[in-house]
Amino acid sequence: MKRLLFALPLVVAIIIGGFAIWGLSGGRDPSALPSVFISQPVPQLSLGPIEGVNSPGLTTDDIKAMQGIKLLNIFASWCGPCRAEHPNLERLAREEGVTLVGVNYKDKPEAAAKWLAELGNPYAAIGSDYSGRAGIDLGISGVPETFIIDADGIIRHRFAGPLVGDGLRRFMETLNEVRK
Amino acid sequence: MIPELGQFALSLALIAALVQSVLPMWGAARGNVLWMRSSQASALAQFLLIAFAFAALMRSYIVSDFTVENVINNSHSLQPMIYKIAGTWGNHEGSLLLWVFILAGFGAAVAFFGRNIPQALKARTLSVQAWISVGFISFMLFTSNPFTRVFPPPLDGTDLNPLLQDLGLAIHPPLLYVGYVGFSIVFSFAVAALIEGRVDPAWARWVRPWTLAAWTSLSAGLGLGSWWAYYELGWGGWWFWDPVENVAFMPWLLGTALLHSAIVTEKRDTFKSWTILLSILTFSLSLLGTFIVRSGLLTSVHAFAVDPERGVYILGLLFVSIGGSLALFAWRAPAMEGGGLFAPISREAGLLINNLLLATATATVLFGTLYPLFLEAVTGDKISVGPPFFNASFVPIMMPLLLVMGVGPFLSWKRADLAGVLSRLKLAFALAALVSLGVWYATTGGPVLAIIAMGVGVWLLIATAQEWATRVKLFKPDAWARIRRQPRASHGMTLAHLGVAFLVLGATGSSAWKEDIVAFADPGTVIKIAGFELTFESVERQQGPNYIADVATLSVTREGEFVTNLYPERRFYPAAGSTTTESSIRQTLAGDLYASLAEPAAEGAKNNWVLRVLYEPLVNFLWIGTAFLVLGGGLSLSDRRLRIGAPRKSKPAPLSATPAE
Repeated sequence: MKRLLFALPLVVAIIIGGFAIWGLSGGRDPSALPSVFISQPVPQLSLGPIEGVNSPGLTTDDIKAMQGIKLLNIFASWCGPCRAEHPNLERLAREEGVTLVGVNYKDKPEAAAKWLAELGNPYAAIGSDYSGRAGIDLGISGVPETFIIDADGIIRHRFAGPLVGDGLRRFMETLNEVRK
Repeated sequence: MIPELGQFALSLALIAALVQSVLPMWGAARGNVLWMRSSQASALAQFLLIAFAFAALMRSYIVSDFTVENVINNSHSLQPMIYKIAGTWGNHEGSLLLWVFILAGFGAAVAFFGRNIPQALKARTLSVQAWISVGFISFMLFTSNPFTRVFPPPLDGTDLNPLLQDLGLAIHPPLLYVGYVGFSIVFSFAVAALIEGRVDPAWARWVRPWTLAAWTSLSAGLGLGSWWAYYELGWGGWWFWDPVENVAFMPWLLGTALLHSAIVTEKRDTFKSWTILLSILTFSLSLLGTFIVRSGLLTSVHAFAVDPERGVYILGLLFVSIGGSLALFAWRAPAMEGGGLFAPISREAGLLINNLLLATATATVLFGTLYPLFLEAVTGDKISVGPPFFNASFVPIMMPLLLVMGVGPFLSWKRADLAGVLSRLKLAFALAALVSLGVWYATTGGPVLAIIAMGVGVWLLIATAQEWATRVKLFKPDAWARIRRQPRASHGMTLAHLGVAFLVLGATGSSAWKEDIVAFADPGTVIKIAGFELTFESVERQQGPNYIADVATLSVTREGEFVTNLYPERRFYPAAGSTTTESSIRQTLAGDLYASLAEPAAEGAKNNWVLRVLYEPLVNFLWIGTAFLVLGGGLSLSDRRLRIGAPRKSKPAPLSATPAE
């Protein structure tokens, strides 16, 4: 009995270790946040275009009117990770048959225009969210974030962070699931 | 060239650690004095090599060597020099190098200052210390090399995270690490004692100064960290029960328990297996902290760039070190008990209660920290455990502890007279009750727990002061001589206990009676808080070395009289592309008036500045309390008895008539 008592700390440590192994494996992503908008329609957005950029603005009705699966990407010219994911967004828009729309978050129009001119503009429509209001409505925690919206205008997935490397791979898996 | 030499030195340090982890241990088993003595040379070699590697990395930061990937990611040529230096440990790889540097430093310190420790115990301890070194140096070399080069080098770096560009935070990690990692040597002592199969009062006496050094440093590190959070993050809070804070707090709690249980082992030759267990667990919690911060297991505002592969490696290290030592404990410790008996009311019993409550508090924090992981594993739900849980569970456990803390130092070893002690403390009790009632009267309907906590804080303050006054017979002639004659460690205890009382007052005051106003402000806006009137005068743009700042001017008046000006700032760091708030605080003992500036809602609009103004009563007692803890620890550490140590023969130390610390 006494021996068992002395082994107790070991047992507790092993149990905690077991949970830790679980926590590290299986592609678990502690930063994947559930969104209150999952399985909900896109909240009401009504964003004007960015001055000096040849893309229409973005409203919820525009999104609903678009065919097929839409990706809603929130970006800003001041955000480094956005620059990193930009080529991948261009490829997604070109090759995956999805419509990419953007929300330019808390960004100066001239800076955003310069950024898009430099890197290319893969977006079918971009809403300028200079005040950050749309960001609050969408419940984002930072930039970049990307939402998957299905053909019926329902938000199916929220991804926080840049679409590169491992994150992109997981995002593609989810995208393929939504397609089914 | 120098970064390559640094990496080479690190590889050599790994070899030195490998030798140190085998040879002295073997020598101790076979009684070969020469092999045991080799631990001194290898501990010193290991320390110097890692020191060289650390200096090499620091040099890369000082000269802004942008061919080193680590420097690119965490420094910028325009950054002030102090933050260039601090950048060395402001990232995963560099902080890990600091980690092993301190680890090797403690090993070398034991090798050279632990002259009175028996040869075999010392050799085994240093070998165990080297096992930890091997684990972490290899971890660095294989997964997190700080010296990786980049070609072609970029023109400039991406800047140290601006939040970390702060004096408090520049010195916070080294202090925290000295504490965190310092418990490694206590762990090594414990494992060595388990291997040797002997724990006696002399062992406890050798271990105590190291525990005390680590604990003191950890106290300072935690205090600085929370001070940084208070004035830099701009939320006016100083403790958020964030996983990363918790994992630094748990070793402190358990280390406090260890500090007390080691006294019992030293003075009364009992609590042996418990002291050993605490030594192992304290460092295990430090390791768990390292794991959680670097593996991304839990989300936290503090986390380093996380990488699950690193997590797997550290988890492996944890499995070997914690699992191995606890298995050894389960195997060897049952044979260890014995020693002095004591009555239910005695100093031993008091310290037992202290230990039980501290251990329970630690377990509560551990459970709260890991609960989101448990729940996600079992049900898949994602939650976060926040202050409400900890306030409801941790605080009630601390209350009885604080009550006992007032009485404990009065109790004598073996058997004490509780009724006599309590009757002497009547005054303290009455005053505490009076303060509670007074607070209740002043804030009718205020939070009950906070009112009790204020009373408990006052109780502890007075009881501790009274114990000290009784001990030195303060009001009799020649009190000063008696104060000088008392061991410094006993004064250290008084200081540290007073520090805890201040912490309780500060923590309670600033969380229960905080006033908080968020206002949209424009020049001319007036904000009223806690009897002050703040007028928002203007905002000016200023240029700093590597940032642009918007500085607001607020003039503060009370009942029409001018009090002071506050200048909260908002800084934009172009290289890192992020902003920080620099709050402006009017500090007084009664409370802090705290102002911070948030980003403008929209440029050009009316009321476009967001101002946050707080009044935090008694918050400065937190920093005063921390200072007392550190002073108390330092004073005890300078005690002659700890420096000289115990005689070589392992007889129980003579029971002194003076109260212990």
